[in-house]
Amino acid sequence: MSLTLQDVEKIAHLARLELTQAEKAQYLEQLSAILQYAEMLNELDLDGIEPTAHAIAQQNILRDDIAAPSLPLEDVLFNAPQQAQNQFLIQSVLED
Amino acid sequence: MIPTTLTEARSALQRGETSSVALTQAMLDRIVALDNDLKSYLTITDELALEQAAAADQRRANGKDGPLLGIPIAIKDIISVQGAPTTAGSKILEGFIPPYDAFVTQKLKEAGAIILGKTNTDEFAMGSSTENSAYFTTRNPWDLERVPGGSSGGSAAAVAASLAYAALGTDTGGSVRQPASLCGIVGLRPTYGRISRWGVVAFASSLDQVSTFGRTVADCTALFQTTAGYDPRDSTSLDVPVPDYAAALTGDIRGLKVGVPAEYFIEGIDQEVETAVRAAIAKLEELGAEIRPISLPHTRYALPVYYLIAPAEASANLARYDGVRYGPRLAGTDMIDTVKKTRALFGPEVKRRIMLGTYALSAGYYDEYYGRALKVRTLIKQDFLNAFEQVDVIACPTSPTTAFKIGERTDDPLSMYLADIFTLSVNLSASCGLSVPCGFDGQGLPIGLQLIGNTLQEATILNAAFAYEQATEWHDRAPELNVQD
Repeated sequence: MSLTLQDVEKIAHLARLELTQAEKAQYLEQLSAILQYAEMLNELDLDGIEPTAHAIAQQNILRDDIAAPSLPLEDVLFNAPQQAQNQFLIQSVLED
Repeated sequence: MIPTTLTEARSALQRGETSSVALTQAMLDRIVALDNDLKSYLTITDELALEQAAAADQRRANGKDGPLLGIPIAIKDIISVQGAPTTAGSKILEGFIPPYDAFVTQKLKEAGAIILGKTNTDEFAMGSSTENSAYFTTRNPWDLERVPGGSSGGSAAAVAASLAYAALGTDTGGSVRQPASLCGIVGLRPTYGRISRWGVVAFASSLDQVSTFGRTVADCTALFQTTAGYDPRDSTSLDVPVPDYAAALTGDIRGLKVGVPAEYFIEGIDQEVETAVRAAIAKLEELGAEIRPISLPHTRYALPVYYLIAPAEASANLARYDGVRYGPRLAGTDMIDTVKKTRALFGPEVKRRIMLGTYALSAGYYDEYYGRALKVRTLIKQDFLNAFEQVDVIACPTSPTTAFKIGERTDDPLSMYLADIFTLSVNLSASCGLSVPCGFDGQGLPIGLQLIGNTLQEATILNAAFAYEQATEWHDRAPELNVQD
């Protein structure tokens, strides 16, 4: 299958990326080429093959729930572009 | 004259012929003299380095010693050092100052290593040349018109040019082995989970691994030894003892079974690379290894598998860069618009991979792309497990070519992706791998031999590389750089 400009716009929205028209056109071409290359995987019969998500699978790594000091608030907020009252400041998300 | 290798520097410190302060100052002077041309460092932490050096000299005066005590090293700028800028080569982290040290940084500080600075990287470690760094492109010390490889190209160039005795990188698809090969040094990518990823900026979490560079196998091993180990803060960290790797470097490889995979000597590989690698394999045989032909039949699928899995994981990991908690924020009409405008600060390759990963994970395409890639990953992993039933080590080229020219591959992402064709499978499987210098092409550019080992068999591949290194003289060559002493 091949991508369309609408696909590119939809993916960019899902990924929360603002793209210029030139970028959209470029990614349409480049992503199509990469996906076409990936179609090589269709050569393989994968019936009954289990997926591998991690090279070395470890499961249920748990630790005791012991209270320990966290980073000081001022360190946590140090890199924030905007802050107020010991919180990250952003534009309102919910309407009144 | 300052000592050439980490091992020699340690001896000089032990004999009292130099001090850590003197070594550190000499390295900082070299950086000032050479790095304007080389561009291997993004940040020089000179004040921190000289403070640490004075403290290391004090520790030594108090009778302490250790492989890295007082040794100046460099850290890829994707690994957090408290109080020093950490950008991951991206504008989206410009000005970010980590509030804590990465696990490996803690380990280095405890060992008394001196942190000279943070080295250049492709943005978020996505690339094979450092050309994707949002700041500048690092030059290859063997030819300043060529790339050092990537993504850890800053670390590799710094070590090759003696602007650090060793350096940390990260290797998600070859990002340490490939630049080690292109810069003529040793680069080890340990088994996934051998070194904690805590405090390392995430790219593709199932593939990322902190890795080490050195001028020699022993130097690379010293840094690896110090940084390996279990860390409960990284749930994928392996809770297994760390062997004495230095003690494993005996140089005796008699009876070692070395497999040569037919699939790694393919069309497209430089003839000079193939010749050098085959000569290196013959040298291993001469040293007593048994050479056997093997097959890794799913090798050709590693590239498409990697370029679906890594971008998928990256698209999830990089969702955190929304301009809320760190980094710059570009204000828009509402919160979503602000996030979109801020994320436009990502460079072209990062955006491309986020787009690709988002698509591969999106409704309707998940099974066709991401799901399929995970299944083929199983086949690739199985190839290696089968091979390691017959052999102890796999020998092959690290990179199909020597260092390419800056700008040569930037227009075509797929041609850049092919730079990693021989390294990706190690990350997809449960193997470990390294690159060790094995010759030079006609233009004087270094060639690397890749040695791959089974899960947690780092000692085996390090010793094989050590045996080879002791029998050859490639590591004695250093790039000629003009420095006014």
